[in-house]
Amino acid sequence: MKHYEVEILDAKTKDKLCFLDKVEPNATIGEIKSMFHKSHPQWYAARQSIRLDPKYAGPLLLYLMFYFRVPFIYAPKYDFTTSKHWVVHLACMCHSFHYLKRLLETLFVHRFSHGTMPLRNIFKNCTYYWGFAAWMAYYINHPLYTPPTIYGEQQVRMALIIFLFCQIGNFSIHIALRNLRPPGSKTRKIPYPTKNPFTWIFLLVSCPNYTYELGSWFGFTLMTQCLPVAFFTAVGFIQMTVWAKGKHRSYLKEFRDYPPLRSPILPFVL
Amino acid sequence: MASTEEDGSAEEKETNNKKRTKSAIAVAWLTFYNIAMTAGWLVLAMAMMRFYIQKGTHKGLYKSIARTLKFFQTVALVEVGHCAIGIVRTSVIVTGVQVCSRIFMVWFITNSIKQIQNEESVILFLVVWTLTEITRYSFYTFNLLNLLPYFIKWARYNMFIIMYPLGVAGELLTIYAALPFVRKTGMFSMRLPNKYNVSFDYYYFLIIVMLSYIPLFPQLYFHMLRQRRKVLLGEIIVEKDE
Repeated sequence: MKHYEVEILDAKTKDKLCFLDKVEPNATIGEIKSMFHKSHPQWYAARQSIRLDPKYAGPLLLYLMFYFRVPFIYAPKYDFTTSKHWVVHLACMCHSFHYLKRLLETLFVHRFSHGTMPLRNIFKNCTYYWGFAAWMAYYINHPLYTPPTIYGEQQVRMALIIFLFCQIGNFSIHIALRNLRPPGSKTRKIPYPTKNPFTWIFLLVSCPNYTYELGSWFGFTLMTQCLPVAFFTAVGFIQMTVWAKGKHRSYLKEFRDYPPLRSPILPFVL
Repeated sequence: MASTEEDGSAEEKETNNKKRTKSAIAVAWLTFYNIAMTAGWLVLAMAMMRFYIQKGTHKGLYKSIARTLKFFQTVALVEVGHCAIGIVRTSVIVTGVQVCSRIFMVWFITNSIKQIQNEESVILFLVVWTLTEITRYSFYTFNLLNLLPYFIKWARYNMFIIMYPLGVAGELLTIYAALPFVRKTGMFSMRLPNKYNVSFDYYYFLIIVMLSYIPLFPQLYFHMLRQRRKVLLGEIIVEKDE
């Protein structure tokens, strides 16, 4: 039976406090707290507070507020109504799935090799994520929203396939990267394709997690045909390209035998 | 062995010298550019004075100098490029913000909203801009030629103390005067529904622009004050690394 490994970090310093092996998939937060209590006897369950990353929880909740047309956003006659377009429901599911996946990944998948993020960055980060989420959600869930007109239903279907493909791809890469690094260590290795076909993109790209992330948002843009989404995708693309180029450069510096065929983020192009 | 070592170190010295002094091409271009810009704004100043002396009013003044103003203010965009490629040692962002705010005023306010072209506030910022730019570009020119008279340096780092706030006042009053016309015509705005699923209200955008002066203007002002202390008073200011 598959088990989760749960890493508990200090909220302030992000130091690894505890590593819980063999957490059952259906374990409750209460059970996780009692497992943590075993290794840290002074923190009994009631003294523990396990929090969701607000950076990703924000967009998740904000979008839903627009989706359910909470009062004071749109005209009062639309309060608590839902859109008549099925693509709007689909978009909500995709957006929510994406941020839920991110939240779960930060809780259960990612291993960090360095400690704190400066407070100023958290503020800037949150503003970026929350701001864009609200801007996108406002238009997609607007009573006057226009579903994709260029290729209609075909466009939405294609977009959904791209989105899901890239979400699975992104998740596969996160798992592959996490498995590169043994728990609690800071060793760095070159990532290579695994048995999972979604990781075969490592042959062509250094940071396929960014490639798949870009693909997901590209799919979402196609699905919603909404200019603010296109903007968000473009800005994310620029930022991720900067990060990918930096990571690619540090791989090249650190490893003499780094595969020469790989590009930072887009195969053969960028 | 000895000769190759010598060659190596001589090459090194050459590239080091290139890094420390600006290339001759850069200096030549910047000198030409700054002379041209000084001349341009002098022409603008004279045209404005001539109009006022001949007509006795400021009405129609903007229209008479609009083309020259648009040309020389837009050309200033290359200064962002100068910072980006490093031949001018100023922050790209600071220069970018300053040039963009000018371009915005010229093209998206006074040029597009004809009804406010005869406002006094327009004359206010035009006079401020002209005096500031003539001082600034002649400062750069003389600096590049290593022939800087003290009074130009003094003017460049003291006039702004009054010019900046006056210019801001002129710009803000002009935008404020434009608001009712923007609202009435719905210019530059886009409403729902449309196939891009986006909307843009130029009226509220202008209000946000006006509000953005509140955080931005002090930053630019204090940046100039800090420069002034360094250059005129010889203070050594340790910059915090961001």
